[in-house]
Amino acid sequence: MPFRRTGEGDRTSQGVLVLFLLAVLLVFSCLLSLHVGPTGVGLRDLFSYLTGNGDSLTTQERVILEAVRLPRTALGLLIGAGLAVSGAMMQGLFRNPLADPGIVGVTSGAGLAAVCAIVLGGGVLAPVAVVLGNQFLPLMAFFGGLLVTWALYAIATRDGRTSTTALILCGIAIGALAGAFMGLLIVMADDRQLRDITFWSLGSLGGATYGRVLSILPFIVFVMGIIPFVAKGLDALILGDAAAFHMGIPVQRLKKIVIVAVAAACGSTVAVAGSIGFVGIVVPHLLRLAMGPSHRFLLPGSALGGGALLLIADSVARTVAAPAELPIGVITALFGAPVFLFLLIGKNGIGARDLP
Amino acid sequence: MIIANKVTVSRSGRKLIDDISIELKPGNFTVVIGPNGAGKSTLMKVLSGEMQPDSGLVSYYGTSVDLCQPADLAKRRAVLPQATQLAFPFTALEIARMGAVAHGALNPGEEARKALSRVGLRGFESRPYPSMSGGEQQRVQFARALAQVPQAVVDDVPRALFLDEPTASLDLGHQISVLETARDFASAGGMVLAILHDLNLAAEFADHLVVLHHGRVVAEGACRETVNDDIIASVYGIAGAVGRVPAAHIPYVLPQSRNR
Repeated sequence: MPFRRTGEGDRTSQGVLVLFLLAVLLVFSCLLSLHVGPTGVGLRDLFSYLTGNGDSLTTQERVILEAVRLPRTALGLLIGAGLAVSGAMMQGLFRNPLADPGIVGVTSGAGLAAVCAIVLGGGVLAPVAVVLGNQFLPLMAFFGGLLVTWALYAIATRDGRTSTTALILCGIAIGALAGAFMGLLIVMADDRQLRDITFWSLGSLGGATYGRVLSILPFIVFVMGIIPFVAKGLDALILGDAAAFHMGIPVQRLKKIVIVAVAAACGSTVAVAGSIGFVGIVVPHLLRLAMGPSHRFLLPGSALGGGALLLIADSVARTVAAPAELPIGVITALFGAPVFLFLLIGKNGIGARDLP
Repeated sequence: MIIANKVTVSRSGRKLIDDISIELKPGNFTVVIGPNGAGKSTLMKVLSGEMQPDSGLVSYYGTSVDLCQPADLAKRRAVLPQATQLAFPFTALEIARMGAVAHGALNPGEEARKALSRVGLRGFESRPYPSMSGGEQQRVQFARALAQVPQAVVDDVPRALFLDEPTASLDLGHQISVLETARDFASAGGMVLAILHDLNLAAEFADHLVVLHHGRVVAEGACRETVNDDIIASVYGIAGAVGRVPAAHIPYVLPQSRNR
């Protein structure tokens, strides 16, 4: 092992190295995302545009790059980072590697709130919608996600321990409930709203605009900003509530902050791109294998890795069946679901711990 | 000095500990014994600030414990919990390092390494915690507690070490060495409170022995006065077991009579 030189058992330098590699991967995937598409923008042109002289671009290329590719890349970056970090934080909070906002129903709750906003935004909730403007949809989804995360924590956690079975069953129940209410809302929706809902529920980065990027930016910046303040606490929390308190962590305050952060990342991304599954479980899982479970590196690593993964998945979604575009949720589920299954039957999953 | 003054904790109508007053003095190794459900762990939770008593007061050098921030408490005392399982594969070093970070060590990795070698786990630094045996896990947790209070006295303020059944799942040799490490901590001016089930070990290591029964202190003081037939019979229901040699055909091993 080349990393062992700094000392046995200390994975600090390993973590730094993996973070560096992830940053390189992220830059590469940003370029990939700007480069590929039905109208290719040559890499040399792309570089000269990014370094400040875009004279070599045709007007058409420039429009595509500025109006389509750049906002889409920015949106994918923010969403991927937000999803992966919220997954990693949730797994730390629940002390369970299977806790993912998509699987345990947070996404459903946020989605239901978003559909509420779409359908009722012109009616009952119109005054709220007017006041909040661009932030109406993300804020609604955030509160939906917050409600579900809080309820999950209250229901599935006993004496500070969260059973995998309770967590996943809760997720199924909440998903079913959200589905039922969504059905009711769909019946109430008019044609234009129906189109909005359908487009939204497929999960896609299509329709990315600077407006959407700006509407989720504050949420993602908030979540990234708290990483340095919660990382040590989440590490200690893995040893249990009591041990974390003994080591000086204000446990209840930490949990509240993390619940709000999970809901903020998950709710805002769901609001602009629909439900994109499995990013929150795949990225932290792979990173734990590469750098260990310490949140000092896992959280920033998840931000970088999640952004890169989503941009690569989106580039594949745009090109593999061109000119048609696959929903990005299909791509992430294709490699995410097997990882989830692997975790579920693995030695730390349901198969080993919860069966009598 | 850590003082509990008339503390009572009730849960669902039952008093887990009832009107207990206890003092932890610097330089003293205090051991709490008592049968299951006597309230030993509850008493430790109250003293470590983890649980608020329903009545009574716990104070650290005159400051009420509920006025202390968790981070301040963490610098004054460390707690070794009973068996802990982890869902994520931290290495032994990373676990011990958390204690050093809580203490505010400048070089937490180095402090963690020292703590691991103090519990005899040098060479185990990179072992994933979930793959270690129960006894090894217990010692990693002890190393984490030691890394949190590496010195018994800092700036004339003694630190405290709370040990909840530190010898559970350890072999005889490690039981002794863990308790000797704790006694060294007390000798250096720190405070130690340990819950023990083994009365022989309690009698050897305790400067001050507290016998709990049904949430109350039934005896306390030096071991000579507290471990006697009357008290052991009334608390554990076993008569005539103190200080007598068993029948000739049963060999017995007394760690306190080992060669030193």
